[in-house]
Amino acid sequence: MAVGVRTQDLRKVYSSSPPLGATGGMLARADAKGGKPPKSQIPALDGLTLEVLPGEIFGLLGPNGAGKSTTVGVLTTRVRPTSGRAWIGDHDVWMDQARVKHLIGVVPQRPNLDFSLTAREILTFHAAYFGIGSKLRNERADALLDKFKLTERAHQMVRGFSGGMMQRLSIARAMMHDPQVLFLDEPSAGLDPQTRILLWEIIREYHLAGKTVLLTTHNMEEADALCERLAIIDHGHVIAAGTPVELKASIPGGFLLRLRFGNQTSDLLQRLQSLAGVREVRATDTTGFDVYADRGGSLISEIANLAANARAELSDVHISEPSLENLFLHHTGRSLRD
Amino acid sequence: MNWKTFGAMLARDAHVARRNAIQLFLQTFLQPLLFVFIFGRVMVGSGYLPVAYKSLLLPGIIAISMVFTGIWAVCMPLIAEFQWTREIEDRLLAPIAVPWIAIEKVFAGMLQALVAGLIVIPLAWLVLRPGVEISIGAPLTFAVIIVLIAFFSACGGLALGCSIDQQHIGLMFGMVITPMIFFGCTYYPWSALKTFPILQKLVLLNPLVYASEGMRATLAPQFPHLSITVVLLALVFFDILLLIVGLRQFEKKAVS
Repeated sequence: MAVGVRTQDLRKVYSSSPPLGATGGMLARADAKGGKPPKSQIPALDGLTLEVLPGEIFGLLGPNGAGKSTTVGVLTTRVRPTSGRAWIGDHDVWMDQARVKHLIGVVPQRPNLDFSLTAREILTFHAAYFGIGSKLRNERADALLDKFKLTERAHQMVRGFSGGMMQRLSIARAMMHDPQVLFLDEPSAGLDPQTRILLWEIIREYHLAGKTVLLTTHNMEEADALCERLAIIDHGHVIAAGTPVELKASIPGGFLLRLRFGNQTSDLLQRLQSLAGVREVRATDTTGFDVYADRGGSLISEIANLAANARAELSDVHISEPSLENLFLHHTGRSLRD
Repeated sequence: MNWKTFGAMLARDAHVARRNAIQLFLQTFLQPLLFVFIFGRVMVGSGYLPVAYKSLLLPGIIAISMVFTGIWAVCMPLIAEFQWTREIEDRLLAPIAVPWIAIEKVFAGMLQALVAGLIVIPLAWLVLRPGVEISIGAPLTFAVIIVLIAFFSACGGLALGCSIDQQHIGLMFGMVITPMIFFGCTYYPWSALKTFPILQKLVLLNPLVYASEGMRATLAPQFPHLSITVVLLALVFFDILLLIVGLRQFEKKAVS
């Protein structure tokens, strides 16, 4: 039976000590006045609540530093939340760790393969940690090596593997114990297009077997193509959640026109708002506007006329169709790539 | 407690140790054997040191080999696995409570320390002979002492490996390892420090002192040594202390 994932009001604040040398370090502690240096507090999650339904491919979309990896860390027993709760199925992640670890497979953002072992040994030892018998683990290892096109390198140490090969082996390892929930943290970062397509196929296939997949990404194309539902997160909380279609439909108008003028006149914003089909206008700085509208290219001539009448020279126009990028921009005022 | 997982992790460590056997052998035995050769053969042979020094040196060499094998076997892989390769994450996600992963590391390190001790005895004896007068008078006490030594070494490796940053390995050598070796009563008995009374008290904070003196008390009791009771009590104390510190540091590293 498929297993879902839930979090409730997760908060995580990291305490980070300044570097050893910054206060004179341990060799010059006598010089440091007033004991230990203060730790800086870095909030990573700020009341993050989400629900991933059993058997769906769910995406966490957000820019770097939004809290995606910390969320995965909490759900996979690696990051202890400051407050809040998390469940895999009916099991509280922080009360029932060993049971939870049986249910999950994790592909980290940075490869963490066992450099002392060969590719095949990495898979077989991983399965042995999960108590899988020798015959079954050998069969599974061979099947996964074949599926991920690694059979030829099976008996080589992984130290010399390329980034893409390490990523494929990490995913194969996560699948070795046949987990109910697969976590993939930025799975396609640094992969070539061909390997990315192979990865997507494998994720879809795993999902068809009734498994839940939770992936993080800052790639909108990936989120759009792969995920059944998404949560867009920023500054440690969910700013929007739903299917990609629902989310895109929630952008006022759908089209985004980013305009820049050579100079600014006082009533430009009102004039832009009065155009037919324009839903919302936001000033981005003194000479820039984001216009959310029902139509795209057909508005340009009207905007150009309007600008000419207002004696404001139109210097740059960028039109984008309904996309998750626009949605993120609408909610945060920032691009996902910022 | 999940014994299958524990056993599989131990099998992994044994597999890696077998694969690196030559490197481990050189790392463990080259330095003590060179030391034994220079001090036991060259210095004694040329008359700068008395023949009896051979028998005084051997227990200390066994102690230092065991202690540093135990520390190294746990500490160095942990520093790399936590900070550089992060490969320990695979085991942190295995279905077992986190402290057991640390205990597995300690157990593997302890076995390596015991093997090192048992190998260095005949090796050093071969280099030193003739004129070595050692005997195991009380095998049970000897066995208990070497197990306690192996345990505190591996726990010390755990505590160090989870406390030291990769960039501070050099500092660890200078500030922990070197003083520990020179003030560990390995090359001289503790009683030889009586002309430096403050230093003689201070070195009692060094667990290697009890390892060396314990080996001397059981293998070469003809030399002055700390009493077996003091050695046993101190070793048990350091075993417990370093285990507690090591487990705490491991959990801090394992879960952020």
